[in-house]
Amino acid sequence: MDRTTTEWKLNLNTRATLLTVLLLIVGLGLWEGLNRAPILGGAGAELSEYELLMGGADETARVPPPSAIFERAWVELSNPFYDAGPNDKGIGIQLGYSLYRVLTGYLMAAAIAIPVGFLIGMSPLMYRALNPYIQVLRPISPLAWMPLALFIIRDAEASAIFVIFICSIWPMLLNTAFGVAGVRDDWVNVARTHELSPLKTAFKVILPAAAPTILTGMRISIGIAWLVIVAAEMLVGGTGIGYYVWNEWNNLDLTSVIFAILVIGVVGMLLDLALSSIARLVTYQE
Amino acid sequence: MSHAFVEVQQAAKRFPGIKGSPDLTVFENVSFQLQKGEFVCIIGHSGCGKSTIMNALAGLDSLSEGAMIMDGREIGGPSLKRGVVFQNYSLLPWLTALDNVRFGVRARWKEWKESQVTDHSLQYLEMVGLKEVVMRKPAQLSGGMRQRVSIARAFATKPELLLLDEPFGALDALTRGVIQDELLKIWSQDRQTVFMITHDVDEAILLADRIFLMTNGPEARIAEAVEIDLPRPRSRGEIVKHPHFYTLRNYLVDFLVNRASELRTAPQDRRGLHYPRSVNPVAEASASVTFRKADAQASAPPKLVTVTPKESHHG
Repeated sequence: MDRTTTEWKLNLNTRATLLTVLLLIVGLGLWEGLNRAPILGGAGAELSEYELLMGGADETARVPPPSAIFERAWVELSNPFYDAGPNDKGIGIQLGYSLYRVLTGYLMAAAIAIPVGFLIGMSPLMYRALNPYIQVLRPISPLAWMPLALFIIRDAEASAIFVIFICSIWPMLLNTAFGVAGVRDDWVNVARTHELSPLKTAFKVILPAAAPTILTGMRISIGIAWLVIVAAEMLVGGTGIGYYVWNEWNNLDLTSVIFAILVIGVVGMLLDLALSSIARLVTYQE
Repeated sequence: MSHAFVEVQQAAKRFPGIKGSPDLTVFENVSFQLQKGEFVCIIGHSGCGKSTIMNALAGLDSLSEGAMIMDGREIGGPSLKRGVVFQNYSLLPWLTALDNVRFGVRARWKEWKESQVTDHSLQYLEMVGLKEVVMRKPAQLSGGMRQRVSIARAFATKPELLLLDEPFGALDALTRGVIQDELLKIWSQDRQTVFMITHDVDEAILLADRIFLMTNGPEARIAEAVEIDLPRPRSRGEIVKHPHFYTLRNYLVDFLVNRASELRTAPQDRRGLHYPRSVNPVAEASASVTFRKADAQASAPPKLVTVTPKESHHG
């Protein structure tokens, strides 16, 4: 039975990969094909009356075809770190700025959310006292903080980091509290019967027990932070992948916009993969 | 006044009644002594408060009334002097079997070097026959193996009093037998004082020096302390052949089936400190011929019931 199961799984994986590739080819093919400007009278293709009148569709702006995007990607990725002035920086530099903001805000949030989450999870009193604040602050769109942050901090860069901070703190805080509160009494009793100090109990029993839940919160947070940074950078401007997208839109360079969208997706996926592989390290089976 | 190693006096556990109804008394006037090096099992139906007594001894739960003294000191909280083996193993699932035992050993001897901690832990894991699987996590071990790790962890810290809360309750009969033998083996080395909850009469006879019998809750009591004076070392195979085995067994089964629900010791022991009546069914059985008429009311002679050895669980 085992053998057949493994074979089936391998088979499934291979088939899934094949299907993925097939969908990609079909999708790109359609996109490419539908984007090509009709050739007037070529290959016996019949044109509609409108097209005949307009002399083809050359004059309409269209979404660039995949080939153009690949070409752009090749150009951009072969020299990602060039810096030719404020409005012309390589994609690598822009991504660097965005990642720096995301990671700074995110790590600051983690540094506060995890200890406070511990406190809330350990103490029903703190949970009840702080819960109303969390419930009110949590649903606020992070971008709503932007004007206030700009006014108080008076620095666009720091305001962007603050927005990342405020949006990534909640999932980490709540998941830490939830994970800590849910640690099984049996395990806490093991610590108690072995006379572990409160600090040692926290680090040796509660932290490893709650780690999978905490990591889930961190994974949600990094996803949200990466979503928000694009919007934040569109607002604050200057640098970053979000600004890059907006800048290319103002340049009416849709090829670069699509390329940047894909890059945002890939980087987001990599961030998630990084955290999920950390999560795998601390996951345990009961 | 107490000279015994462990002294429990007039312990009671009550829960407040709902909306003005009288408090629910799970047990009260529970007093007993444990001598150093003694193996005592406690048997009673579910809900009589065995686990509460055990958790109070461990320092994990508190009593409503009464005092618990170990070695001249009142038990006020958990301590490394009292090791606990829980029914659900309570291993930390993110640690390997070895690290689970090391966790206990390191907590016990903080000044030990890492290698010393490891060696000591391995020694106890070997004693329960787990040398080959020390690097596995609890999820990769069978129920029996997990309980062995738990037993190794408890014994490795060399507590003065070991509390076993139905340690074999979740195991199948075959595994249970093997681990009972291992428990006897590991216990006979250090001769720690052991207090164990069980539902298995045969297990209690095999392991214990004395068996405490609890009446049914609410208002449960420890009614009797049955002496098991079968010779040690004991083994599962040999013990059933001993002529006194079935006398003891029938006495215990009779208590659980018939007397646990009828017996009310409240009127006599409300007067003050009252230890469970010490009973030796073997001596009583042989003397009952002459005793029976004279003592019929004060101590009802054991009513012998016949049961097949297969029927081993009650409660």
